[in-house]
Amino acid sequence: MTDIAIRTENLTRKFGDFTAVSDVNITVQHGEVFGFLGPNGSGKTTVIKLLTGLLPLSGGNAWVDGIDVRKDPDAVREHIGYMSQKFSLYDDLTVMENLTFYGRIYGLRPDKLRSRIDDIISQNALSPYVERQAGKLSGGWKQRLALGCSMLHEPKIMFLDEPTAGIDPVARRQLWDLLFDLSGKGITFFVTTHYMDEAERCSHVAYIYYSKLIADGTPMELEAMPDVNPPGTKRLEIRTTEVTRGLRLARKFPGVLSATVFGQSVHALVDGSFDQAALGKRLNGQGIDITEVRPLTASLEDVFVELTYRRQAELEASRA
Amino acid sequence: MRNPFQGIGAVIYKEVIHIQRDSTAIVFALMIPILQMTILGFGIDTNIRQIKTVIMDNDNKKLSRELVDRLRNTDTYNVAKYVYSDREMNEAIIGGKARVGIKIPWDYSDRLLKGETAQVMVLIDGSDSSVAGQAINVTTAIGLDESLKRVLTTGQTLPVEVRPKVLFNPDSRSPNFFLPGLTAVLLLSVTTFLTAFAIVKEKEKGTLEQLFVTPVQPMGLLLGKILPYFAIGFTELCIILLALVNIFRVPIHGSVILLLLLSMPYLFVSLSFGTLISTRARSQAEAMQMAFLTFLPSIFFSGYIFPRETMPLPFYIISMFVPATYFINITRGIILRGAGLRHLWFDGMMLTIMGALLFFAAARRFQKKVIAS
Repeated sequence: MTDIAIRTENLTRKFGDFTAVSDVNITVQHGEVFGFLGPNGSGKTTVIKLLTGLLPLSGGNAWVDGIDVRKDPDAVREHIGYMSQKFSLYDDLTVMENLTFYGRIYGLRPDKLRSRIDDIISQNALSPYVERQAGKLSGGWKQRLALGCSMLHEPKIMFLDEPTAGIDPVARRQLWDLLFDLSGKGITFFVTTHYMDEAERCSHVAYIYYSKLIADGTPMELEAMPDVNPPGTKRLEIRTTEVTRGLRLARKFPGVLSATVFGQSVHALVDGSFDQAALGKRLNGQGIDITEVRPLTASLEDVFVELTYRRQAELEASRA
Repeated sequence: MRNPFQGIGAVIYKEVIHIQRDSTAIVFALMIPILQMTILGFGIDTNIRQIKTVIMDNDNKKLSRELVDRLRNTDTYNVAKYVYSDREMNEAIIGGKARVGIKIPWDYSDRLLKGETAQVMVLIDGSDSSVAGQAINVTTAIGLDESLKRVLTTGQTLPVEVRPKVLFNPDSRSPNFFLPGLTAVLLLSVTTFLTAFAIVKEKEKGTLEQLFVTPVQPMGLLLGKILPYFAIGFTELCIILLALVNIFRVPIHGSVILLLLLSMPYLFVSLSFGTLISTRARSQAEAMQMAFLTFLPSIFFSGYIFPRETMPLPFYIISMFVPATYFINITRGIILRGAGLRHLWFDGMMLTIMGALLFFAAARRFQKKVIAS
């Protein structure tokens, strides 16, 4: 046993000529909440399938809880929990019956099963709904039940594939509170998500883009990456009276490397040649006022957008 | 070593709850057989009787009227009308008002009395071959009988006498013929449908994917899913047999236990068909269409409707690979002829081989296509 919950070494998966996952190296410590991000179709779900033994590896190695995934995928499955974005519950079974079924699937003995079901029901506050059919629960409760079902056998490592897709903000917040609560008890979470606010909460994030891992670290480490903050540049938040036209003008302005809208302001990455007063004049000429300019640190969204652009440019260059 | 059937108990537990809550499945499994049995058992009679007939008696004397009475008394003919011209007779047949026209010439009695050959013309509508066949047989037989009566002098007997005796179904009742075969078709259709649906439903819902991330073993999952449907198929068979004896009055001459035993490999055939369909179909609608495809050979090549003996060779060869062929031999053998294992061992063996092969093929495909995808 080591402190390492999940480790991959040049993890690779090919479907015919297509490489879905290419030389991915990840190390996740026990008790981490690991956020795994990337656009749709970039290989996130494939990585989960490889780590849970659903798909055989085409190359490289992977260990989950110290078990070699290539050698004993069945043992891996006994040590992990998995919850898909579809909350794979049986709609016509009650909450209790769903829990009983999954508990028996994991081979829990009757007395153990009963005590685990009690734990899960109290942990997820499910007691008012025990006799209700799962199909009649709202999204947030379904998700709690699904999480409960996948944790009956007390796994140390949990894989959650977009657990918050399609549930309301309150349920989303409650789920994350629960995840941190559990991670405090030593459970490791491997979570995929599209929400940047969720990514910011993670203790460790990685970003996969077109089969390759292009960022890996704590959110703070990523926000400080030199690729995202090239020397001699700074980020500015520019509040204007008219944000859409302001953005269009700002993008063409000398010294502005990139710009995007954020609420009522424009976020811009600028270099040393940028002249704030000149931009003010230019906008003024079009009847737009700048109300405020503040320095800004990169957000995770900036990081991923910046890295995606760079990777895209590299891919195009290699094709040409 | 891991238990290769791990999870089977849990899956059966869950599947039984599904079946209890899904009343349409139960209705489907139990009502359809009764409905089909009623239609085929009460509604269809393959014995041809009361064929609509027109008669043109140009002689109209005692002897010709005697002939008409004899034809009438066979129960084969129902004299709809007397006609008086060839045109009228033709019109009746072309118009579908009659299927048979019998024309007795004006000199019928005279020729008979003179000891000459009298001719009777029988026109038969050939558009339904079984009706035509029956009409030919009965008129020929009556003609022969009438001739013999005149040729033989009193006291003489026939040198050769053929006495046919119909065994096992002496009254030639249609339910006795149809229902044992229908049992095989019903058992196949209902279990195939239910099994295919049960698996495809989980595929659609995404719950199957969740199960693969648990330590449940492929065999545990597959058997856990199909054994409850094996039980339903078996219950269905018992209901069909009870209805057969008590409602449709078809006696079972052989051993019911043997019939139940030999139905087990056949049930594995239909469960395996269902599983194979589920590995291919992505939706329940698709599964439905594929299931229908598997029924067609079972209905047309198994001897259920058309006798296998008269099939052209290629079709006969196909029929040897249709499991229902063997099970229909078994049901008709046991129910109608009182056959025992001594007579039916070959059919039983073929079903066991087919059941085992199909089940392993289904299990392999299930593991390859459903689990590793």
